[in-house]
Amino acid sequence: MTATLNYIKDLNRETLDKANSTHYMKGARKGLSRELVEYISKEKNEPRWMLEHRLKSLEVFLKKPMPSFGPDLSGLDFDDIIYYAKPGEVTNAHSWDQVPEDIKRTFERLGIPEAERKYLAGAGAQYESKNVYHRLKEKWSKVNVIFEDMDTALQLYPELVQQYFMKCVTMHDHKFAALHGAVWSGGTFIYIPAGVNVNQPLQAYFRMNASSMGQFEHTLIIVEKGAQGNYIEGCSAAKYETPSIHAGLVEIFVKEDARFRYSSVENWSRNTYNLNTKRAIVEKNGVMEWIGGNMGSGCTMLYPCSVLRGEGSSADHLGIAFANTNQIQDTGAKVIHVAPNTTSKVVMKSLSKNGGKAVYRGLLNILKGAKGAKSQIKCDALILDDHSVSDTVPDMKIAENDVSIGHEASVGKISEEQLFYAMSRGLCEDEATALIVNGFIEPIVKAMPLEYAVEMNRLIELEMESAGAVG
Amino acid sequence: MFSIKNLKVSINEKPILQGLSLKIKPGEIHAIMGPNGSGKSTLANTIMGHPKYTISHGEILMDGENLVSLKADKRARAGVFLAFQYPKEIPGVTVLSFLQMAVAAVRKVRGEPQLNPIEFRKLLRSLLAEFSLDAKFMNRYINEGFSGGEKKKMEILQMALLEPKIAVLDETDSGLDVDALKIVAEGINRLASPKRGILLITHYQRILHYIKPHFVHVMIEGQIVKSGGPELAQQLEQEGYDWLRPLVTPL
Repeated sequence: MTATLNYIKDLNRETLDKANSTHYMKGARKGLSRELVEYISKEKNEPRWMLEHRLKSLEVFLKKPMPSFGPDLSGLDFDDIIYYAKPGEVTNAHSWDQVPEDIKRTFERLGIPEAERKYLAGAGAQYESKNVYHRLKEKWSKVNVIFEDMDTALQLYPELVQQYFMKCVTMHDHKFAALHGAVWSGGTFIYIPAGVNVNQPLQAYFRMNASSMGQFEHTLIIVEKGAQGNYIEGCSAAKYETPSIHAGLVEIFVKEDARFRYSSVENWSRNTYNLNTKRAIVEKNGVMEWIGGNMGSGCTMLYPCSVLRGEGSSADHLGIAFANTNQIQDTGAKVIHVAPNTTSKVVMKSLSKNGGKAVYRGLLNILKGAKGAKSQIKCDALILDDHSVSDTVPDMKIAENDVSIGHEASVGKISEEQLFYAMSRGLCEDEATALIVNGFIEPIVKAMPLEYAVEMNRLIELEMESAGAVG
Repeated sequence: MFSIKNLKVSINEKPILQGLSLKIKPGEIHAIMGPNGSGKSTLANTIMGHPKYTISHGEILMDGENLVSLKADKRARAGVFLAFQYPKEIPGVTVLSFLQMAVAAVRKVRGEPQLNPIEFRKLLRSLLAEFSLDAKFMNRYINEGFSGGEKKKMEILQMALLEPKIAVLDETDSGLDVDALKIVAEGINRLASPKRGILLITHYQRILHYIKPHFVHVMIEGQIVKSGGPELAQQLEQEGYDWLRPLVTPL
């Protein structure tokens, strides 16, 4: 634990924002075109159906309007973004020694090798569009668990990928899902066969490094009948003058009696538009758990979604968002109860400071026939000063009578009385404030894997310390 | 030596304390008694440094140092402790982590060695047992879901941990059943030491059956109108406060 704690202690905004020189980016083009999409597909030696899927997605993207709700995206210039780049001659490495020095330095600054060695069953780290480091412990590959980068999975398991790829979130869902379909690159593929319990977390760390770089990684997870697993993702991006976009897509299929937990800490740099889509389809008696932290980005729109399709299935959504100077965190959860006796629980906490804006946007949709559905939603906002903002936009569509729904929302400031109480025991004002903030997010952090909980606390501390000038 | 000199305090421009003076030597137990609304809790909170109260005049001295301009944390580090009448809940913060931070803060300023987490846990566990609190309280969120008695026990337990020079106990006896009152009072008696001054603020006499003060003061309308020995408390029990009202100095 000591090594992990040390790297986290040394972790600061500068480490995360610092860019490596990107010699391999020379010649990468900005803008989106049919030629680019064909180039990506050819470069990756993809099957015909994938090229067709990309081209169709591009058409849909061009026709779809921008979202009609949420934050202002007018600063986003689709012609000024590099949609695809591959770092130099780097190919997938399966041991740390094979990873090139400059890329390694970035990961070392983020502490990935220690984390990998000590805690993780396998680690894949995405650097721009190509995976450079990917490993799965033998134990799991022996029982036919697949943990691969998405490009490799498409080559090795084309039928399996085709059966599920963008079937959970389709290109028609919204403009950024279509964009993703056209230019996606890299990401993670996980397949857990029926009855297998992967009781160690699988992890990937995503990082964007080049300026104006788009990141469109695709995560596809299939958890077969009675299987169990748990995946952790961390994301950060270097800081540049021109804005970047992240439009990743996560699709999770939780089959009958299966159970899956997806955790992520997203800490993209402050000029990133994080327009990410995450969705799970849960079958009979399946359990899906989402745990998320959003601290970075200038603007985030992210609403992980659970579709409870099978009877008795359930979903748990836990999330924290921190909006600091000039940040908009527009996050929440969507749950769609399709089948009878389905259960959902949503707990969201947001913090806003130095003029940041945190919005909870949620949808609870109980369809006709989802008799006995139960849902509990709790969202709490803590506003840390007078010029920061919090907002709650809950949407409920209930088409069934025999249901039980609880919704609680609270917006508060740090109370003078709590602060006085803590200070009367000798804690200075900053310590007392941090203590109260940590207590506020405790229910979420408690559910996180240890090293992520520590990182999350550290990131919150950094946000608390910053006067808002950084990032 | 702790002393208050001619203290005038207001809240939202309404004067509450009207020139109050008090001296507490190490080893002394003082009780301040008075009817509701006489300013007892204002005095307690002002000594601790609650930002809501404005001091317009006077001094609060600890060993000669004036605390008036210091915030609550600095006063705590200087050796002031307040057992709250209504202890605050801090959701998500465990008793263990809260008290560990508090003890580390006061030990640091006193130049005492820090306790390692194992030593601290051991100390906390034995104190919990002393106050008839289950060891599980360590991992509960501070004051959240505690009964009235558990909250008051936890306050005195914190006093034991922080070892203040002057402890102000604000209505520590209110809301306690007889058993809890006994445990709390025994705790306070154990903590009464030749090095420590104690200021008991109370509305009722019953805690004085368990804790024997050296001095009793009667507070009415923000003034101390009469001081005496333990016999004054007995007199108040029989006669109430009304006979003392003519002693209030008109402003």
